[in-house]
Amino acid sequence: MFKLFAEPIDPAALVRGLRDPAAGACATFEGWVRDRSDGRQVQALDYEAYAPLAEKEGERILSEARAKFPILKAVCAHRTGALALGDLAVWVGVTAEHRSAAFEACRYVIDQAKARVPIWKREHYVGGVTEWVNAAAPSEGRK
Amino acid sequence: MKSVRVQYFAILREQRGEARETVSTGANTAGELYEELRARHGFTLPAERLRAAVNDEFAPWTAALRDGDTLVFLPPVAGG
Repeated sequence: MFKLFAEPIDPAALVRGLRDPAAGACATFEGWVRDRSDGRQVQALDYEAYAPLAEKEGERILSEARAKFPILKAVCAHRTGALALGDLAVWVGVTAEHRSAAFEACRYVIDQAKARVPIWKREHYVGGVTEWVNAAAPSEGRK
Repeated sequence: MKSVRVQYFAILREQRGEARETVSTGANTAGELYEELRARHGFTLPAERLRAAVNDEFAPWTAALRDGDTLVFLPPVAGG
């Protein structure tokens, strides 16, 4: 299940959904809002998603993980809206019979989700400047 | 001329000043439509930095436009 949340993600509830008597391992990953980005001081950020395609692409990534690794269940949740420092931005949970597949699949899901799911992040820096991450035009270069 | 709906997200939404619009266009492909809208609205990102989606699925820039299609131009993603 890939799901977008406009409200805080509840990891405990998501883990309950992963419970499986055949599972001997559960690997989870939490992505948190950090106070620095490329050397700049971040105060807050916003996530915006193209929901219909984000959910389709997220489900494709989870299907790929189930095909590549011997796992039982996989879930990915991503926030939208305004987040503060320390907030949970993305959560991945994978269960498997054994830990190796759970770790590898968890890594696969977060790496692919970051690269492929149509979600965008706007960072708010100290001093009031905001910027969409990865969206500088070529001529603007890196600030 | 055909009529298509365009949805904007993130930096394109800000640069357009709208989240969606209906456009009458002579463009034949998603790529032609982006160039037309980029010229009209001053979008800073070149097509090479974007992907296109037609009717809520990724599509090549050469995808033929049909009347009533919904187009989205996707800026570089930054989830996680």
